[in-house]
Amino acid sequence: MSVAATFAAVFAADLDVAQNVFFAMLALATIVGAIGVVTTTNVVHAALWLVVVLSSVGANFLLMGAEFVGVTQILVYVGAIVVLFLFGTMLTRAPIGKDPTVDNRSWYLGLVVAVPLLAILSYVLIDAFDDTELPSDNVQRTAEVSDSIFGQYLMPFEAIGLLLTATLIGAIVLARKE
Amino acid sequence: MLLNQFLLLGAVLFSIGVYGVLARRNGVLVLLSIELILNAVNINLVAFGTYTGSISGQVFALFVIAIAAAEVGVGLAIVLMIYRNRQSIDLDELSSMKG
Amino acid sequence: MTLAASDPIFLRYAFVLPALMGVSFVLILFFGKRLPKKGAEVGIAAIGMCLLFSLAAGYQWIDRVEHPPEVEHSEEPAADAEGEHALAAVQFVAAPAQEEGEHHEVAPVLTEATWFTSGGVDFTVGTFVDGLSVMMMIMVSTVSLLVHVYSTDYVGGDRRYTHYFAFLSLFSASMLLLIMSRSTVQFITAWELVGLCSFVLIGHWWEEKPNSDAALKAFLTNRVGDIGLIVGMIVLFFAAGSFDIVQINEFANGVTGGNDHLLLLVASLCLIAAVMSKSGQFILHTWLPDAMAGPTPVSALIHAATMVVAGIFMVARLYGVFFEGLSIGTSNINALAVVGAVTLLFGGALAFVQNDIKKVLAYSTVSQLGYMVMALGVGAWTAAVFHLFTHAFFKAGLFLGSGSVAHSVHSFDMKEDMGGMKRFMPRTFVTFVMCSLALAAIPPLAGFWSKDEILAGASQLGGDGGYPLMLIAGTIGGGLTAAYMTRCIWLTFFGEPRGHAADPHHPPHESGPLILWPLYILAGLAVVSGFANLPAGGIFPDVMALRFEHYVEPVAGYFPGELPTFSHPHFSWWVALVSTGWAVIAAGFAYLYWERGQGHGLTERSRVARGGYVLLENKYYFDHLYTGVIANGIKGPVARAAYWFNQNVIDGILNGVAFGVTVVGRWVYKYIDQGAIDGAIDGSGTVSDSLGQALRQLQTGKVQQYGALLFGGAVILAGIFVFAI
Repeated sequence: MSVAATFAAVFAADLDVAQNVFFAMLALATIVGAIGVVTTTNVVHAALWLVVVLSSVGANFLLMGAEFVGVTQILVYVGAIVVLFLFGTMLTRAPIGKDPTVDNRSWYLGLVVAVPLLAILSYVLIDAFDDTELPSDNVQRTAEVSDSIFGQYLMPFEAIGLLLTATLIGAIVLARKE
Repeated sequence: MLLNQFLLLGAVLFSIGVYGVLARRNGVLVLLSIELILNAVNINLVAFGTYTGSISGQVFALFVIAIAAAEVGVGLAIVLMIYRNRQSIDLDELSSMKG
Repeated sequence: MTLAASDPIFLRYAFVLPALMGVSFVLILFFGKRLPKKGAEVGIAAIGMCLLFSLAAGYQWIDRVEHPPEVEHSEEPAADAEGEHALAAVQFVAAPAQEEGEHHEVAPVLTEATWFTSGGVDFTVGTFVDGLSVMMMIMVSTVSLLVHVYSTDYVGGDRRYTHYFAFLSLFSASMLLLIMSRSTVQFITAWELVGLCSFVLIGHWWEEKPNSDAALKAFLTNRVGDIGLIVGMIVLFFAAGSFDIVQINEFANGVTGGNDHLLLLVASLCLIAAVMSKSGQFILHTWLPDAMAGPTPVSALIHAATMVVAGIFMVARLYGVFFEGLSIGTSNINALAVVGAVTLLFGGALAFVQNDIKKVLAYSTVSQLGYMVMALGVGAWTAAVFHLFTHAFFKAGLFLGSGSVAHSVHSFDMKEDMGGMKRFMPRTFVTFVMCSLALAAIPPLAGFWSKDEILAGASQLGGDGGYPLMLIAGTIGGGLTAAYMTRCIWLTFFGEPRGHAADPHHPPHESGPLILWPLYILAGLAVVSGFANLPAGGIFPDVMALRFEHYVEPVAGYFPGELPTFSHPHFSWWVALVSTGWAVIAAGFAYLYWERGQGHGLTERSRVARGGYVLLENKYYFDHLYTGVIANGIKGPVARAAYWFNQNVIDGILNGVAFGVTVVGRWVYKYIDQGAIDGAIDGSGTVSDSLGQALRQLQTGKVQQYGALLFGGAVILAGIFVFAI
């Protein structure tokens, strides 16, 4: 199946045009932001482009009906992790402003690997999930998520808690001044 | 909406993240690219979860977010250590092998 | 033939006997040195238990014979394709109607376990307990126990006392295993084990070379006979289709002619070779006198009472094979009888010229074994087995008595170091004389009854006219026996003390109780054991007659006893009187010669007598034949010829070939080795080097590069999986 046919199918479907339009916008934002992250020469700008990507992904989650995950994404990623990155940038005295030496000597290797990777992934996905549609009323409530977390996946949940504790302690131990 | 559109979006994001990991010199930027990869995975998980109607997709996405947070914390601590030891976080200069 | 549901316990668990002695062996070997009596107490306790067990088994067997359990036979239709089996079946059914009306069929007690399977054939081990086994069990246990007790004094303080007792136990275990063997494979194993123990015990004092030489000679000579044993057993396996002794015998009893008969004949001849080596029959007897190098109790146990009778036992066990194969019941002469007759004469003659008291007894043993083999050869089965039984007691008594004498004069040489021992060792003298009288077959001692039955068998059994040659040989042999024993007794106990016996500082004295009591017991047995088989025919009350035969001779399908050609000898006054009279006359001659000095100097006066004496002294030059002619002949001229051939012909060819090869080699070295191969190797080295230099670029130490390789590899793999597979 070709990519064009996929797009054709998208517009031929009698689904909410609004959903599709929104998706197109979000996808565009995500991709532009991602490319921005990996190409910009300014480290701080890279972090800010990451915010764009993260927010779009969060919106995508909402679009898919995963409300709790979407909100968590914004809270955790945008709210905490990006801040962490900015602190890290500050503490490691990254040059503020443009830095021409921000790319690798052999950056072309990245292209050599990423493009075929993308090609294969796309081929496989189109080949496998041609026309399958997502069910339309597919909002999954937070209540279901909490039921699952505290029921079936209680153990991994607790383990994650332990992991975070360990990480906290580990990071403190690693980073403290002697 | 098609399932494929989300999956393809995830694939693109993943590839861009891989490029970023391989091509960037600054350690912090590499970590940023890893975040892109993790987000791509999250999109995949939630898409499939929605497709099959199972809640597990979202639950795992939550776990991934938590783990990503932990990983960033430790990763930055390591970068900080490297900076302290070598006064630079240039990955090209980090190699001591004479190959 | 099936067994009764519940067999008597001592008969069913007969395997306990060899197992017990085996355990004793291991215990003595590992713990003997730490025990207060250095292991002897373990051995004596074990063999004592074996004796009690055997006596209990004997009691139960007698009971079984008196009240035989019901035996069913598998239905053999009279119209069997092979008429032989039908004949045998008819025989059994007719058994109760035989002239000896009280002989009902008595089934042996059989047990079996599969040892291993190979090539579709099951190799089994098990026990086969019948009258013969029980009799042997009792005899072996008794003699072994007495020898154990005797050894505690005789071998006391020896350098390898514990080792000695360990191997006495192992020997007893092997012998007990042999006599209750169920299959021929098990039998051969026990046979070899017994030979091994004999080797170890003969060479007990191996520090002196003659002793180790004697041990080797014994073992190797036995080996020659073992070829016959193994070939014979293999032939029997293929003829009868089984290793089971019972089945082989039943097969043999049913053979009437043709190919099967030929196979039995071949097997019998091969097995006769084994008997010749193990039981010291003529030609392969040379090891037995040399085996006297071992301690005297060993000689008493192994080379008089038990091991050497293993060959006789084998013939008795597989008697069906021999009876049919050699047509014992219908012929006037056969291989087995001839071997036995020749042996008894030659062994007896050699006993005259020995100065070593043990060697006299050794040759006497050879001669008596010849009697047993001859008895089996003429068809007098019970006579042979009975003689085996009585001989064990009086010959062991003689050996132990000679050991008692030697123990006090520290020498075995009669001419040099003995004489007049009668007044120093009266008790030993009495037991020795009693055993000698038994050996010489003077009534009413044991030897008379057994040897007389053999002679009666030689005259009455077989085809028309009996076995005349064997009868003559046996009678002459009886005289020889009496004569050489008289000589032996005279030289040892009478006359003036000589040599060590005359030593004023250490006069010889009577031996201690541990030595004397076995002598008393054996002498007593030498007197009374003969009464076990008193002949029938009105002289003695019927209830006392032929007890031994009644209980020991098998009445069952595996024994040829029911065949029309089989019969038992009857007591003959004529034979008894002639043989006894001749023995007394011969003893008288010997007495005159040695006591009164009559006829001395005969060997100086007559060249014929001198020649005969030299012939005897050199043991018929047999040793010379074996070592000098055969062995040296191969060593000498044949070896030299082979050497010449090797040096000139073979080496010449080799040298020429070698020269050619050197030329080729040099060319190959220059062009192929140096040029091509080294070039290739150098080239491969260069290639590796450059490749290494190139691949080195991969190992940069840069994490991102590794990451690139990782992802790149994953992409390629994914591509392969998606497109190619």
